[in-house]
Amino acid sequence: MSSARAAPVVIRPSSGWIGLGAGELWRHRDLAYFLVWRDLKVRYKQTAFGAAWAILQPVLLMLVFSAFLGRIEGIGASGIPYPLFALSGLVPWTLFSQSLTSASNSLVNSQNLIAKVYFPRLLLPLSAVASHIIDFLIAAAVLLVAILLFGRVPPLTFLWVPLLGMCAVVVALAVGLWLAAINVRYRDVKYAIPFLIQLWLFASPVAYSSDLVPRQLRAIFALNPMTGVIEAFRWVTVGGAKPDATILVSAAATLVILVGGFAYFRRVERSFADTI
Amino acid sequence: MTEIAISAEGLGKRYHLGRDQDPYGRLSEVLSGVFRAPFRKGAPRPDTNEFWALRDVAFDIPQGAAMGVIGRNGAGKSTLLKILSRITWPTTGSATLHGRIASLLEVGTGFHPELSGTENVYLSGAVLGMHHAEIRRKFDEIVEFSGIDTKFLDTPVKRYSSGMQVRLGFAVAAHLESEILLIDEVLAVGDIEFQKRCLGKMDEVTNSGRTILFVSHQLPMIASLCDHCMLMEGGRVVASGQTSEVIHRYESGGATNAASIDFPNDDNRPGDAVASLLSAWVEGANGERRFEYSLMEPVRIRVKYRLHKAQRVTPQPNLHVTDNGGNYVFVTSPHDWGDDLARTPGDYVATVEIPAHFLNDGMYAAGVALNHFEMGLQTAFFERAALTFNIVDRIAENELRAQSRWGGRIPGVVRPLFEWRVEEEAR
Repeated sequence: MSSARAAPVVIRPSSGWIGLGAGELWRHRDLAYFLVWRDLKVRYKQTAFGAAWAILQPVLLMLVFSAFLGRIEGIGASGIPYPLFALSGLVPWTLFSQSLTSASNSLVNSQNLIAKVYFPRLLLPLSAVASHIIDFLIAAAVLLVAILLFGRVPPLTFLWVPLLGMCAVVVALAVGLWLAAINVRYRDVKYAIPFLIQLWLFASPVAYSSDLVPRQLRAIFALNPMTGVIEAFRWVTVGGAKPDATILVSAAATLVILVGGFAYFRRVERSFADTI
Repeated sequence: MTEIAISAEGLGKRYHLGRDQDPYGRLSEVLSGVFRAPFRKGAPRPDTNEFWALRDVAFDIPQGAAMGVIGRNGAGKSTLLKILSRITWPTTGSATLHGRIASLLEVGTGFHPELSGTENVYLSGAVLGMHHAEIRRKFDEIVEFSGIDTKFLDTPVKRYSSGMQVRLGFAVAAHLESEILLIDEVLAVGDIEFQKRCLGKMDEVTNSGRTILFVSHQLPMIASLCDHCMLMEGGRVVASGQTSEVIHRYESGGATNAASIDFPNDDNRPGDAVASLLSAWVEGANGERRFEYSLMEPVRIRVKYRLHKAQRVTPQPNLHVTDNGGNYVFVTSPHDWGDDLARTPGDYVATVEIPAHFLNDGMYAAGVALNHFEMGLQTAFFERAALTFNIVDRIAENELRAQSRWGGRIPGVVRPLFEWRVEEEAR
């Protein structure tokens, strides 16, 4: 029996917009750790290739892109071998697409937990995106090896990679928060995600350089938060064009989606157990 | 003055049936609804599918109390527990809880089948709100309580028997260090021996000054664990007080007491295509329905069922009687039935009489079931612990007790009257 009485927990009907609940998240940090640990453990336990998947996916896509798109004049950037160009786009892209998928399905996949125990629901999408960072670091190491194989010296700016990985995760989280919350109510989301990601891949400068985008569409193109992340990632790893002001547009777009995502998630959070 | 651990005021929870409740709502329906709305004629229809699962619930539970919550299915017991556990939110009112809360609405919450026993202890502990260091400190104790051989700890729990999973799950939960423990019907699972260990652990928890709110429809279990009890009906608390009094009130509550169950409507009757349960009740030798019986009188249990399809073999009713620890006392079913009995469609009443001087005093639960055999052995319905009755030993009226000069309770599940003989042995 603890002698000092902690602040009481007061339960009352939800009253519109509520804060982020950062204190509550912090108190549950051990659970966050275990959720990430569980995702990693289960993923590597159930697969025969284990961590090799982290390498296979971007590398195979790079090969396909190089074989079919690499010959098109002006698709990449001058001075960068196309395979490196593609891989430097695919590494952050893979992190983004996997994080987004996991985050969007995180609530629905933990229906049982949501219906039976209390914890800040934000932990589910947060831990879902966090669990892909290790795969990303492995893939980034492969990119480093590829750069060396092409006889190039990795620039010092390569050290920015973890930070840009975080940016990709934040974009995935921003969109994932919305999709996860909507997914609880409308399972359409689950089926729409693969399609959405496919479309998004073509709308992002992964396989092609953004120079190919017609000038009048540039503004819209920049609204895609992944444009900025991929261009910056490519610039710090394999060089090429320095990202222009569009990166600020990308960042602003991300921030709006992220703040909106947190707010929406927190607003509908209390009905999850009743709806899921 | 004792401090209040949990207090609730005007708690209510409203559901919209068929709307919020639709688990797989489709976006297109909502979108088309939005577009159609302006063209709909007349006023919007009132929401007739509103349903209050909980209404105006108010109570105070003092620190260190063990409070039971009883009531029929759908009375709002689980909703109340879910609100106090912060899984779902109330529509009206408020509740205040003082102290660290742990809720156990399911055994083995958070278990992942692919992970090993050890890994799941950590995971489930974290899910239930324990810190990493706390789990590590109690790990050995948890494993010992679960009774699982340490050589299985590295095996994925998907290879565990369901009993082992339940034991491990409960063992984690039993070691939660919370001041308030909310428990829903979780002891209904697991084998008898383990159930007993859990009950012992729960007694220990209450004696250590922690507060327990325990939901169950196993009345005997409530009676043995909780000193106070609330009775819920239709989302409201209709009685609250000493457990024995509240249970008695529940039992004597007329048409809906636990000594009888009744399914007047077609849609909710337990049963299958062959037969369904209409009602079941406990009565005395003179046909009077009661909850309390003297151990000197017989207790009759009657089951009324409807046979929908003609059968070649007579369907067989059976009765499962358990004591207040959940232990099976006996199962009985008719034997030597005429082959042409109760085989054509119609309503039947099966009666079994438990003789006087058979069950000891105490509270018992009776489950009623019906088997049929047309397509192999099948169960039309099995309502576990559907009926509850109390056997009392009125010592003053019992001449046999008067002779023995022992005023305390005589232990045992049964209290048979056997023939005794004493003969003098020749030296």
